[in-house]
Amino acid sequence: MWKKLLYFDRRIIFALIALVVIIPFLTEWRASHGQITPSTQNLYNEIESLKPGTPVMLVFDYGPSGMPELHPMATALARHILSRDLRLLGLAIVITGPSLCHDAVTPVAEELDKIEGVDWVNLGWVPGFVLPITQMGEDIKRTYPTDFQGRATAELPVMAGIRDYQDIGLIIDLAAGNAPGAWIAYAHDPYKVKLAAGITAVMATDYYVYLQTGQLCGLLNGLKGAAEYEHLIGKKGFGYLGMSSQSVAHLVIILFVIIGNIGYFTVRRRRRGSE
Amino acid sequence: MRLQIPIAMGFLAGVFMFVQFFIPHQMIKASFKDALDWAIIVGGFALVLGLGSLFRTHVEKIRHRREGFGYSFVTLISFAVMFVFGIVWKTDPGTVFDWLFMNVQVPLEATMFSLLAFFIASAAYRTFRARSVEATLLLLAAVIVMLGRVPISDKIPYLNLHEITEWIMMVPTVAAKRGILFGVALGAVATALRIILGLERSHLGGGGGQ
Repeated sequence: MWKKLLYFDRRIIFALIALVVIIPFLTEWRASHGQITPSTQNLYNEIESLKPGTPVMLVFDYGPSGMPELHPMATALARHILSRDLRLLGLAIVITGPSLCHDAVTPVAEELDKIEGVDWVNLGWVPGFVLPITQMGEDIKRTYPTDFQGRATAELPVMAGIRDYQDIGLIIDLAAGNAPGAWIAYAHDPYKVKLAAGITAVMATDYYVYLQTGQLCGLLNGLKGAAEYEHLIGKKGFGYLGMSSQSVAHLVIILFVIIGNIGYFTVRRRRRGSE
Repeated sequence: MRLQIPIAMGFLAGVFMFVQFFIPHQMIKASFKDALDWAIIVGGFALVLGLGSLFRTHVEKIRHRREGFGYSFVTLISFAVMFVFGIVWKTDPGTVFDWLFMNVQVPLEATMFSLLAFFIASAAYRTFRARSVEATLLLLAAVIVMLGRVPISDKIPYLNLHEITEWIMMVPTVAAKRGILFGVALGAVATALRIILGLERSHLGGGGGQ
């Protein structure tokens, strides 16, 4: 029986995972956010400590594949930044970023009666990956001469009084790749600008190092980080919804691991006994 | 000369970028700004070259009817459609380009990434075995972190899995990661020095270094 269980059709596993991911979306049941991680709380406190009118860069360094984990973070962060009357500068060093910035920030801005160009701006994308990061240390408007809609950034009220990183209160990089490393090396370290990141859960181990050294002042880690942040700002969104599916999926995977190991040791003991 | 000039340019650019970091003189800062502008312009050209290379590769594949050439058709058609809509009607929100991005590329990429969950579940069931002490430690750490990352762990009495997870992430993981980072950083410095000194020439094409 155990041998059969060990080698059963993997499509059954696929079907079970599909069910546990889909069902929470169809029911009213919602998992909680769990305990708030210190790195999430630190980012929240950092934004709370900024004076109204301070520019905050929200960097969209991810593509559609990172959306399930990073888009809820983007929405929650945009809501927090705009509701505190901070100036939001959305930008990207990854080409897919500007459209996602528009998709995440526009509904929140409309809900909070914030005007694009006055309270927030989508600066778009510039090629070169680390080059725009370095160049913004000298001149942000020169690096992004026009916004995503083609308007001259020098003429936008939201950009008034902003020259370089010295005028930026906080940079938050939402990334599904190695972009936070570039922001640390080329923005935080040389210009001492405060930096935080939001990353997918699989990347977390890469960035706890920088959290410990203080190079990152805050870190949102995967869907849990998004759900925690939604709890902190008091507005539940997709982070909470996704957390319900993730909670059950993790339990099912752990159950699979336990069953697999019991089966493995049972079969091995019987095999040794028969030899 | 075809080799010496690029090596000399690489040497000068490398030394300049290194030196400017330590000399905050106005003239050096102005040159640094110009160098960054040039780098972004060169980056733009690299993008065009990349697109040309993509186009040529797939055209060749179709011409020689290589295996999977049908996918090359899909790539080229998608490329052409996005290119035309992007150039003619721009990429602003509300355009056809933006609609195609949000309604075709987003679901396609999200689908590809979501497949990972299914393969992880299957792989965990089939291969995650406590065969040795090291494997058992890895298995335990994985189970604790997986539980600690979901709110249901708060319901487990006597064990604060959330804090244990944070400890695993902040202490042993960071220790191992820092060791790897040191190695990578030293390797990057060595490679940069080899390029500046002209010992590493593989980036110039046609062979490796000395």
